[in-house]
Amino acid sequence: MQQRHLTTSEWDALARDPEFVALLRARRRFIVPSTIFFLIFYLALPLGVVFAPQLMRRPALGSLTIAYAYGLLQFVMAWLLLAVYMVRARAFDERAQALVARAATDLAQ
Amino acid sequence: MTQATLVMFAVFVLMALVITYWASARSTSSRGFYTAHRELSGIQNGWAIAGDYMSAASFLGITGLVAFYGFDGFMYAIGWLVAYLTVLFLLAEPLRNTGHYTVADVIAFRLRGRGVRAIAALTTLSITLFYMVSFMVGAGSLFDLLVQRIDQTLAIVVVGLLMLIYVLYGGMLATTWVQIIKAGLLLAASIVLSILVFAHFHFSAGALLRAASQARSNGAGSINLLQPGLFFGGRNGPLDLLSLGLALVLGTAGLPHVLMRFFTVPTARAARFSVGWAMVLIGAFYLFTTIMGLGAGTIVGQHDIGKHLRDTQAIRYIVAHPADQTQLNAELAAKGYVVPNQNSNLAAPILADALGGPLLTAFIAAVAFATILAVVSGLTIAAASAFAHDIWYSLIRSGAGSEREHLFVARTAAVFVGFASIALSLGLRTENVAFLTGLAFAVAASSNAPALILALSWRRFSRTGAICGMLAGLISSLALIVVGPDVMGSAAIFPLRNPGIVSIPLGFIAAIVGTLLARDLESEAMFNQLQVRANTGLGAEI
Repeated sequence: MQQRHLTTSEWDALARDPEFVALLRARRRFIVPSTIFFLIFYLALPLGVVFAPQLMRRPALGSLTIAYAYGLLQFVMAWLLLAVYMVRARAFDERAQALVARAATDLAQ
Repeated sequence: MTQATLVMFAVFVLMALVITYWASARSTSSRGFYTAHRELSGIQNGWAIAGDYMSAASFLGITGLVAFYGFDGFMYAIGWLVAYLTVLFLLAEPLRNTGHYTVADVIAFRLRGRGVRAIAALTTLSITLFYMVSFMVGAGSLFDLLVQRIDQTLAIVVVGLLMLIYVLYGGMLATTWVQIIKAGLLLAASIVLSILVFAHFHFSAGALLRAASQARSNGAGSINLLQPGLFFGGRNGPLDLLSLGLALVLGTAGLPHVLMRFFTVPTARAARFSVGWAMVLIGAFYLFTTIMGLGAGTIVGQHDIGKHLRDTQAIRYIVAHPADQTQLNAELAAKGYVVPNQNSNLAAPILADALGGPLLTAFIAAVAFATILAVVSGLTIAAASAFAHDIWYSLIRSGAGSEREHLFVARTAAVFVGFASIALSLGLRTENVAFLTGLAFAVAASSNAPALILALSWRRFSRTGAICGMLAGLISSLALIVVGPDVMGSAAIFPLRNPGIVSIPLGFIAAIVGTLLARDLESEAMFNQLQVRANTGLGAEI
């Protein structure tokens, strides 16, 4: 897209564009629950140490304690969530690009 | 070992100088200096971000903490990895789409006005300076302990000057490549050491874990490294762990030298891929450091990690006064010694010595110095850009001034920041390194992170809110550390070492209350534009 500063009303029009609103909603539907999920999953570890210290010290697998095993699980969680987002975001990219391309032709007229 | 370490370190320095020479032709504009012309690929930037995180603090620090305190040390690794999900979901792509050079650019994108930018620059400068000083002090004490004949003062000055050369001539491009190479070397070193640890246990994870559950302790008897509570023990221990956990997971979302990396890539997609690569590399690296830590704690043992250091004053003092941990820290700091946590930093080199011999140890030590050098260079650019771009260019000159002037101010600021950090590090060289890093993380999580997250996601968020939030977070985190146990010892007014559990909510609450006090229609009107830009990348190129 050729460089030209858009006016406030042009930005506002883009923000109201139904496809943009839909894209925003789709992104939010993924990001908000995922963020809440990983924060709870992660904070459960220190919270567990605060409120259930005896449970966290118990062995889970051989000598591995529940606390340490859950700590290792955080790595799996982080990588899985990363992988899911990388796949999902591809669709967001495509929708954003289509929007930019359409905006470019609209504004050129 | 001394000579081999110095030779390997010299080779790294030389390599970095060659890169700097190559990059110097490409950083002749302020855009090149700050952002490497936004031409880095996602994978390059990902390695560089990983390099920022595979710091001496995590390589030596986590290995040492896991060796001495097991699970509580592992908690740092977990928090630092999970923190990148915050960056991935909330910040990476919007930052790349709405910012040019600094974190303040993004906060001040719709919260226009001098106040917001000035305070954002102030928090950025405070965070980077604390972080930098902690690394340089760390470099100093490492040299002091590992390489005879070079004392801490000389080491700090050498690291400071080398870093200035890279930054001044090579800018962001040289800093990035130095960081990438270092990350590769460090990852290789930790893979080799981890394999050696596993080989020691005949490649049985069960055997390693069994040994870790009955590691030799410093005194008589054994400790279970897999149980929580060894570092954060006592009545307030678990609460302190929670506070640390909170600061770790939000701190990264406010660290200027990491966030600045998202301005170096050409697209939001590349920004996302940078985080992806960084998370894979950092996660793998932290698993290796955990293995090294458990290896050092079991194969070498805490007592023997201490024995290697017995010729230093601090260790002699620890051995003579085996008292309670917190009290000991305070006593040591008061007497001007490097505090014990710092000394557990040598677990990785000593493990290397036990398993791989002197050459591997020298390599590990050299890579550790290289790490400090590379991270400090990135921090210098972050601080210099906050000063030159936010304070000089945007506030004093109101956007006027030629390209040459801008670049000149940026380089002058880098020199200024470099010398300030050398002077501060020399002044604080007996200060606890973990305490200084904690300061940076707590300030970042309580001031920059709330302002950034709210500015990008809350339409009503106002200038008053941003200023209240950043100031409340900055002041409360600093004040609570000053009245906490790391500074005041047993007379502490605030019982926790990490202020996050209080200062982070305070930063958010102050930002929200400040916003609700008065409407800021001008900033609200800009939210549409911010949202479109952040989500589509429209208008991101100047």
